[in-house]
Amino acid sequence: MRAPIRRAAAALAIAAGGALPLGGCAGPQSAFAPAGPAAAHIATLWWAMLAAATVVCIVVVAATVYALLRRRGAAPPDAASPAARDERADERGTRAILLAGAVVPALILTALYVATLVVLRVTAPGAAPADLVVEVEGRQYWWAVRYPGRDGASPVVTANELHIPVGRRVEVRLRAADVIHSFWVPRLHGKTDLIPGRVNVTWLQADSAGVYRGQCAEFCGVQHARMAFTVVALPEARFAAWLAGQRAPAPAPASPAAREGLAVFLARCASCHAIRGTPARGRLGPDLTHLASRRTLAAGTLSNTRGHLAGWIANPQVIKRGALMPRVPLTPRELRALLAYLEGLR
Amino acid sequence: MNRRALWAGAAEGLSRERREAFARAWASPGGAFGLVRTINNIPIARRYMVAGFLFFLAGGVLALLMRLQLGTPENTFLDAETYDQIFTMHGTTMMFLFVIPFIEAVANYLLPLLLGTRDMPFPRLTALSFWTYVFGGLFLYASFLWGLAPDGGWFSYVPLNNRQYAPSLNMDFWDIGLSVAEVAAMGAAAELIVAILRMRAPGMRLDRIPLFAWAMLVTAVMIIFGFTPLIVGTAMLELDRKGLTAFFVPEAGGEPLLWQHLFWVFGHPEVYIMFVPAVGIVSQVVQVFSRRPIVSYTLMVLAIVATGFLSFGLWAHHMFTTGLSMVAMSFFTAASLVITIPNGIQMFGWIATLWTGRPVLRTPLLFVLGFIVIFLLGGVSGVMVGAVPFDSQAHDSYFVVAHFHYVLIGGVVFPLFAGLYYWLPKVTGRMLSERLGRWNFWTMFVFFHVAFFPMHVTGLLGMPRRVYTYPAGLGWDALNLVSTIGAFGFATGVALFVANVLWSLKRGAEAGDDPWGGDTLEWAETSPPADAQFEFIPVVRGRHPLWEQASLTARGSDWEALLAPLQAGPTTWRGALVVDVVEARPRAVVHVPGPTAAPFVMAVGFLLVFAAALLEHALLLAAGAVVTLVALGRWFWPQPSESRALREVEQATDGRSLPLATAGPMANGFWGTVVFLLVLTTALACVVSSYFYLSDGPAGWPPPGSGRTGVALPALAAALLVAAAAITWWLRRALHRAAAGAVRLAVVALLAAALGQVAVSVTTWRRWSLEPAHDAYGSAVLGLVGFQWLVEAVLATMLVIALLWAWRRPRDPRGHAVAHNAALVSYFAATSGLVVLGVLHLSPYVW
Repeated sequence: MRAPIRRAAAALAIAAGGALPLGGCAGPQSAFAPAGPAAAHIATLWWAMLAAATVVCIVVVAATVYALLRRRGAAPPDAASPAARDERADERGTRAILLAGAVVPALILTALYVATLVVLRVTAPGAAPADLVVEVEGRQYWWAVRYPGRDGASPVVTANELHIPVGRRVEVRLRAADVIHSFWVPRLHGKTDLIPGRVNVTWLQADSAGVYRGQCAEFCGVQHARMAFTVVALPEARFAAWLAGQRAPAPAPASPAAREGLAVFLARCASCHAIRGTPARGRLGPDLTHLASRRTLAAGTLSNTRGHLAGWIANPQVIKRGALMPRVPLTPRELRALLAYLEGLR
Repeated sequence: MNRRALWAGAAEGLSRERREAFARAWASPGGAFGLVRTINNIPIARRYMVAGFLFFLAGGVLALLMRLQLGTPENTFLDAETYDQIFTMHGTTMMFLFVIPFIEAVANYLLPLLLGTRDMPFPRLTALSFWTYVFGGLFLYASFLWGLAPDGGWFSYVPLNNRQYAPSLNMDFWDIGLSVAEVAAMGAAAELIVAILRMRAPGMRLDRIPLFAWAMLVTAVMIIFGFTPLIVGTAMLELDRKGLTAFFVPEAGGEPLLWQHLFWVFGHPEVYIMFVPAVGIVSQVVQVFSRRPIVSYTLMVLAIVATGFLSFGLWAHHMFTTGLSMVAMSFFTAASLVITIPNGIQMFGWIATLWTGRPVLRTPLLFVLGFIVIFLLGGVSGVMVGAVPFDSQAHDSYFVVAHFHYVLIGGVVFPLFAGLYYWLPKVTGRMLSERLGRWNFWTMFVFFHVAFFPMHVTGLLGMPRRVYTYPAGLGWDALNLVSTIGAFGFATGVALFVANVLWSLKRGAEAGDDPWGGDTLEWAETSPPADAQFEFIPVVRGRHPLWEQASLTARGSDWEALLAPLQAGPTTWRGALVVDVVEARPRAVVHVPGPTAAPFVMAVGFLLVFAAALLEHALLLAAGAVVTLVALGRWFWPQPSESRALREVEQATDGRSLPLATAGPMANGFWGTVVFLLVLTTALACVVSSYFYLSDGPAGWPPPGSGRTGVALPALAAALLVAAAAITWWLRRALHRAAAGAVRLAVVALLAAALGQVAVSVTTWRRWSLEPAHDAYGSAVLGLVGFQWLVEAVLATMLVIALLWAWRRPRDPRGHAVAHNAALVSYFAATSGLVVLGVLHLSPYVW
């Protein structure tokens, strides 16, 4: 009971304070806190527009208030018909309208247009050659991520996590498997839609190592709210190591329980999920080859812990109702075995 | 201005019996069936407003439910499915069931009063629009009863709302219910156009009509051009959903983005369709409460017209994230910025008027000031999202939610409230409480900002729209809670308004005819206005008749003698004056239809047809068709008052009095048909554009093996189209000359041409052996051919009616009206048929 009250009090304090608390601008998904060149350019454009907009609003509101107070109440509301038209006032007024309503806005808008085109150019995907290509496919309600293999190397397939090297320009090719989604990592760049039948391209570049949250921004169905992902920016060497680790097939089960778990997986899960290095080849759900190395489960819905994983497998529909993963009835023993196996998929 | 003085001497020489008979002719019917037979604009518009306001409250309740859910992170008050239904219905309700119908209701009520005429040109159409709208709205809301409320967003993007991903009936309710409401809106729009152009007080030249009328004229034209693409789009979507076509199915070569284009070609003008009337309302209020005419009438009119034009050039700024080309993005950014200029002119037009006037700060003006502040902020954030790179962050985030609520609540709801505080005394005859009004205003104004200002920040902190919940710890929690508190505060403000209205109905002070010292003609009528408005025809000599004229009567004007029969007359039928468009000189008298249940019955028929489409129920469909046809027959059956009008005016023909307009360019029906043809032209443009848009797809176009039929069949089809139009032309002339033999010959020839067309069409279709359900080419062809057949069906219905008239009463000029209008449609049918043939048979060789 007390927490909501405290929260309400804090909220009211913010509202009373009026201005937005600048300290609150940094969030894991905040466009105010750019962490890469594209988002930084856009943020600069935003602050410039905000400054101009503030001036415009203050001037117009001041003019309105002054206009109102200048001769307020000079006439009672039921006064007889107003005096004959004041032609001089009309003429001057018309000139003022044209100046303030057309000429000044035209100047401001021209400046804004130029700025927009400049930022548009530098933030466009084709502005510079990319250092790395990643393919992302949007699906109800998760993200398939694929690093095409270079020079005959096998591709790396994962889900709901992009790893990128710091300071490198990464081209992201976007496809949709079912409906329209939108790929948005506010701290790195604006959003780009994933549209069935097309390939759209965007790019990401992070200035420093870190974890940046992203989320689907186009309404894509009942669990649109739980279709998040993370972008992990790593220093070059660690990125290379990560990629190599992901390229390897899944480790063989190490304990008897895990071996039993693999059998359960092949019998009950493999029609939807793939694990490289085993016969599991399902394509409907995420590739689980290195599941245990991921930060989250169910597209950013849960942190990747044993308890969460158990709950998710036991009944996904309680956690993310409408997700396409069905509830697969398992005995407690089967579930334990499965967990033992999946936890070993580092 | 004293009403008595304005009308002094008008009743001189008119007997009491005549004046009573006049009032009787216009009285709304009482009795058990009076409710459904009433068609006078005042009672219908009053009901229309009440219904619209109730939908506003319903949409508001949905908004509160959403805000409750979003007040705290990971809230479980609503589940995802329910939340999706609620946000879809909130948007749909506010757009289609509140703003547009409510504005049209206000216009239906006020325009005849503002323009100085006795009713709308097509009162039966008004009634039909009202009933259709009510049934359409209830149809949509009925979906909640089955838990099947639309849940795919008010924008209904595909493929999410294709059959594959949304197989249940939810979005069929949306598609069909929306179509009903759209048809109602377009009917009302057609009526507004004809009313404003043709039915005004003599002397109210085009450069003298009130700014609200200008705004509604532009709005109505925008509705005609803007709603048509949506109707075409929803029809395609529904065909897709029934599994008959594949316009939007990517696997079959369809294009999801085609839907977005069709939707936003409607959707962006829609914003201005809602905003332009507000410009009109605000202009009226600002003038009266500044106690001076607007500073530049010409600039205001130009700005309104410019807004209307420009609004059709910037739809794609809703699609900046879909991967448009750089050129397209640069163009649509420029267009989005340019539209700021007419808005700037309007804004400073009002400020200049206040500046040079003597402002009186009453509640209506208070709401106008609230509008100026809120809309200013919404306009500024609108310029921001017009800049593509910034839009890529703001799009589909709460920043955009904040932006368009600033535009819509600031730019539409506040002006509407200003208008209500200004005009409700005219409607109810009683004043609203000024004190409660101020509380009402300040509550709404302050809590509006509490609710929506934080959303700008929430959005840029990364919160997307249309999420039923969000995790804690992203910096969104407190801001969302503030928004929720603000929403409830805002709702309290709306409740204060309702309380004020209820209080005023019981205890409000008598308003009198002119409580505000207004400048326009409605303040010269009683409050509330009588069913028989403008017993005496007002003659207008300036833009602000009540400020500039000591008398409104025709005495001493050039038209005194000409208008004499219309003073408290005619007495046995409803007659109204028609003027020419620019100069507003009296031109003719029109017969205005009297009470009839036909519109109500027809709306019931529509409802049955649409329910049948939803449930795919053949029997229901047949029942609906029968009911609709019965109503149609009753509609076109002569009313006794029409015959009286014909007799009376014929007797009075002496060369010095106004003729009775029945057919041709002087009659309202002719202009109604012209508007209808504009709708059809727009629809044709949509299906043709869709064809070419789809042709750009990856598959071959036309697919190998189809699309080539040789020369003979298309040439024959073209010849038959031209022949049919020529025969209709001839038929119309034969009817005019009452040449019975020629009429019969024409009928036989038409029949032959029609049969020929059916045969050619069917043969071509079979030879093509297309599969519209599995192939975008087949769908596009079906779209073109289906459109043409729809036109032909309308034409056939009109011709049947015309022929029935010709057969029963060959000399009755009322039959000529139908034939005249049918002829117009037949010329269009020939043209559109040739276009369709050209696209289908010639374009594959050109491309």
